[in-house]
Amino acid sequence: MPKYTLMLREDGTAFAGLSPADFQAIIQRYGAWRDELQRAGRFAGGHKLRDGAGRVMRRNSSKVVVTDGPFTEGKEVIGGLFVIEAASYDEAVKIANDCPHLDYGSIEVREVEVTRP
Amino acid sequence: MIDDLNFQHDFAHIVATLTRILGPRHLSLAEEAAQDALVKALQLWPHQGTPANASAWLIQVAKNRALDLLRRQQRLIELEPSTGDRLPAMQPEAVATAAMIAGPGDPSAAARLRNETTPPDDDQLAMMFLACHPILPREARVALTLKIVCGFGVGEIAHAFLARDDAIAQRLVRAKRQLRDADVGFELTSADYAERLDSVLDVLYLLFNEGYAAHAGDRLVRSDLCREAIRLGDLLAEAGARFCTVNGAAAVHALLALMHLQAARLPARVGDDDVLLRLADQDRSLWDASSIARGLQHLDAAASGDTLTVYHVEAGIAACHAVAARYEDTDWPRIAELYDSLLAMKPTPVVALNRAIAISRVHGPRAGLAAVDAIAGDPVLARYYLLHATLGELALETDDRERAADGFRAALACECSEPERRFLEKRLRDACRTESRPG
Repeated sequence: MPKYTLMLREDGTAFAGLSPADFQAIIQRYGAWRDELQRAGRFAGGHKLRDGAGRVMRRNSSKVVVTDGPFTEGKEVIGGLFVIEAASYDEAVKIANDCPHLDYGSIEVREVEVTRP
Repeated sequence: MIDDLNFQHDFAHIVATLTRILGPRHLSLAEEAAQDALVKALQLWPHQGTPANASAWLIQVAKNRALDLLRRQQRLIELEPSTGDRLPAMQPEAVATAAMIAGPGDPSAAARLRNETTPPDDDQLAMMFLACHPILPREARVALTLKIVCGFGVGEIAHAFLARDDAIAQRLVRAKRQLRDADVGFELTSADYAERLDSVLDVLYLLFNEGYAAHAGDRLVRSDLCREAIRLGDLLAEAGARFCTVNGAAAVHALLALMHLQAARLPARVGDDDVLLRLADQDRSLWDASSIARGLQHLDAAASGDTLTVYHVEAGIAACHAVAARYEDTDWPRIAELYDSLLAMKPTPVVALNRAIAISRVHGPRAGLAAVDAIAGDPVLARYYLLHATLGELALETDDRERAADGFRAALACECSEPERRFLEKRLRDACRTESRPG
């Protein structure tokens, strides 16, 4: 079955108005969402990326330039990702549609390309 | 495991722990660290799973975060001394305290932290007495109690009190500034306890009534208010017992008796179609017997002192209702007597109205109408739906349908909750029926 990555974007300000009860409700929905995917054998992993600047590397003529980044001010950055299995984009979107991340950020769904000879 | 989470209590526990260690002047920082710990949980747990000891995880993350925040403040002050005026006093010893929280710098402090002996209940108690400090305006005490002792969000507090979010946020900021300016300490002494107990009881009473009154708004948040008021009352009776004078303890028990006896009726108050049910119409088998039993126990314990508070009298009235197997068995003469005492202690229009209702049960609807008429000129009561609804009910009992209909119409013109409105509309229809009721 094709794999899809759900890239979870957030701008770091989305949590400002959440109450403890809100946090709890979202986490519990996450638990339910993951459990269901795992039961159906559709969950293929996930990572939280560490907050703050990473490193951006670019070859600049002859040498590689390493800078801190990406910077997060004012725009959404990828905070983590899930990998799921789905039959089609439609189904992948349907699964992502139930992901609680949408309560405070956006999701980019991309199919993992596998080219068969 | 994930179903056992209680972030409201975790939040309150973290804020209490950090406030004890850092002092109430850093209350805002404690809240920020607690909030950040919840953000971390939301970011990590979906990927890593919920840790085995979620509460311990959260408090450790919050302690580390508090240390970061303190260091950042300290750096700001070093870079630009004038910043210090705008921040809570950030002396090196505060940073040293913060270092103790994190542990690694000072092994003995770290060990002390691991072996923390202060039970969380004591921290919670101290937080209650901090939030209810008499230097704060009454509504700020209520908001701050919900925020730092109950773990409610600003939006939830605003929702419960039909206020705007930014108004509540402002109120909280001002309250914390007042506590800081007054340099209020964390450790509760017997003197603090005696001085602030009335204010604490008042806040719990208000929380409970606000939840019980079920004005417009979310019923869930409202029953939360009742539940929290009772939880904090229990805490007051248990963890607070060693501070209490005999009379103080009696007042605590009286309030708990009142809350348990009232809460017992909650399951029976709303009938099918969400119509509010009057005492006379409630299915008494739905009343929570264990809650009534607890209420009566507390009422017994409340008799230990030699003073009578309004909580005693109101609990006495609630007990009269609670022990009546049927509406017809209600001891109205006793209730009317208690309302006489209550009116003397608390001469408010609403108490006077309830007294009039009791009089109508003892001496008949005409006596009741006369008692209501005597107080109907009060401007507060004129806007209170229950005054007009009572006139409607009593007029109906004297078969004066026209006056009854007027009463229910006037009641509907006042502010009331959805279940109340549905009830009043139903009664208006009853009054407008031309044929007389069977029986």
